[in-house]
Amino acid sequence: MTDLPTSRIDLKAVLAGTSPTVAKDDHSEGMSYLQSVPRRMVTLYMPLAIIVFVLLFPFYWMGLTAIKPDEQLLDLDKYNPFWTWNPTLKHFYKLLFDSHYPLWLWNTMYVAVCATILSIVASVLAAYAIVRLRYRGAHWVGGLIFLSYLVPPSILFIPLATVVFQYGLFDSPLALILTYPTILIPFSTWLLMGYFKTIPFELEECALIDGASRWQILVKIVLPLAIPGLISAFIFCFTLCWNEFIYALTFLQSTSNKTVPVAIVNEFVDGDVYRWGSLMAGALAGSLPLVILYAFFVEHYVSAMTGAVKE
Amino acid sequence: MADVALQPRTAKRQIREATAWDQLRTNRNWLGFWFMLPAMAFLIFFLAYPLGLGVWISFTDAKIGRPGEYIGIENYEWLWGDSIFWLSVFNTLLYTFIASAIKFAIGLYLALLLNENMPFKAMLRALVLIPFIVPTVLSALAFWWIFDSQFSIISWSLKQIGLITENINFLGDVTWARICVIFANIWRGVPFVAITLLAGLQTVQPSLYEAATLDGASKWEMFRFITYPLLTPIIAVVMTFSVLFTFTDFQLIWAMTRGGPVNATHLMATLSYQRAIIAGQLGEGAAISSAMIPFLLAAIMVSWFGLQRRKWQQGENND
Repeated sequence: MTDLPTSRIDLKAVLAGTSPTVAKDDHSEGMSYLQSVPRRMVTLYMPLAIIVFVLLFPFYWMGLTAIKPDEQLLDLDKYNPFWTWNPTLKHFYKLLFDSHYPLWLWNTMYVAVCATILSIVASVLAAYAIVRLRYRGAHWVGGLIFLSYLVPPSILFIPLATVVFQYGLFDSPLALILTYPTILIPFSTWLLMGYFKTIPFELEECALIDGASRWQILVKIVLPLAIPGLISAFIFCFTLCWNEFIYALTFLQSTSNKTVPVAIVNEFVDGDVYRWGSLMAGALAGSLPLVILYAFFVEHYVSAMTGAVKE
Repeated sequence: MADVALQPRTAKRQIREATAWDQLRTNRNWLGFWFMLPAMAFLIFFLAYPLGLGVWISFTDAKIGRPGEYIGIENYEWLWGDSIFWLSVFNTLLYTFIASAIKFAIGLYLALLLNENMPFKAMLRALVLIPFIVPTVLSALAFWWIFDSQFSIISWSLKQIGLITENINFLGDVTWARICVIFANIWRGVPFVAITLLAGLQTVQPSLYEAATLDGASKWEMFRFITYPLLTPIIAVVMTFSVLFTFTDFQLIWAMTRGGPVNATHLMATLSYQRAIIAGQLGEGAAISSAMIPFLLAAIMVSWFGLQRRKWQQGENND
């Protein structure tokens, strides 16, 4: 692997539909005037509506279940399951005051933030070194980092469990904080390499001539210019951490140390049908932080995600 | 002689510049080393080393809490004759193949739809992505509830319409369970494929379509001879990722079925967790996960060639 493919399509604009190549055309009608309205109904709006309905229905169902009283959940003959007239916050109340849920939420947040920060610091340094320092073997190392992105956790969790045990990290949040970066670093290094390449090299040259050290250049020139990239990397890392399951399932044991995904699967599920409300409330509350983050940074999120594939 | 006297001076200067440059380069190597150190430390201690260790463990009879002894390929021999292992291989291939193919088809279709001009486009694109953002386990739980044997909303609806009289035992029946987990996987994966392909679609010059329209090309011809060839490279990359992550999927299965009923939905990843962590047979579990490596290598090769091809196609100007 001599070099990573680097051509970038401007992705930030994808969501807004303002990609530069089509910007002009995208706001006009394009060629859609060639189609009649009924025809567009059948070929465009109907299929789109069906797909969007299927994609979003589980969330509606999750939300509805979370606010339905128990008796309505279990009596499908008397009540129409698709709606409820007496919503209750009982399930959320139980979740917050009657379980370890706040603690799990805190654990997840703590692990995600720490692992993300560690990974971003390491990736900024690595990406800068690969793109700008161009030390001997930089391409080679860049290729290895790309490959390590493709090593899945489901192969690593068994040996990692023994490693974690040897290092005395078993059942401690530190086990996750130190192992998550292996999933996050390849991705964010990759992403940041692309951003660093877009920063004009002349800026750095001027600073070098003025006697700035590499470190000063990185902190004072490159990082401020790469803030969109850093935000993308942060969001993506954070999401991956929040989503991670197999390491958290394997390395943590005590109830109070668990992260939200693992805790919900293990602690709420005991075959007792009466807990569906709490389960769905828990799943909803566990998804909410990510959805809120996503709502604020939609464009960054999409550019990060597509960038992951395109970089 | 004056020339000769001058020459060494300039030569000397050149040499001095060269050494200074050399020094910068060596510094650069050292700097590179220091800058790479944190990332490499993580990747070596928690990725490269465990990867090797995993292969080693697969050659031992390690159990939880007991370091194993080298037993050669005994684990693999045992797996060779283990019907559950082969069932998990079959399931994994089935799961990966069907889910990836359908994800690709629906993802591409959705990308084409979203690429059309219509009101609320930006909002729709944002909404479509939500299944991808929500943690897999949590959406898997939603599906668990949707596919509940007694209170499934699908069974209820079908009964209301009068298509069925008995509840469908979605996660308790072998075929249904497989369909359900594959469906959930597709549901989660389609947004990713769609949005990435959409990003690719936006780079196709509209003038190409205009020219094709003037030439009297049909919609299908335009897709076949303009869109598809221009998208091929990105399709290769997206599908490699999709195949790779579907193949090694763990959490969706674990949250929905834990491999049941009667191992019908066990993937290699879930089986290796079952054997290694729950049953405590680390060596055997490691052998199962090591058996995934050849498949993954194949996927990585495809990805590599896909990227190369894309580079070639776009007349890559590497900077």
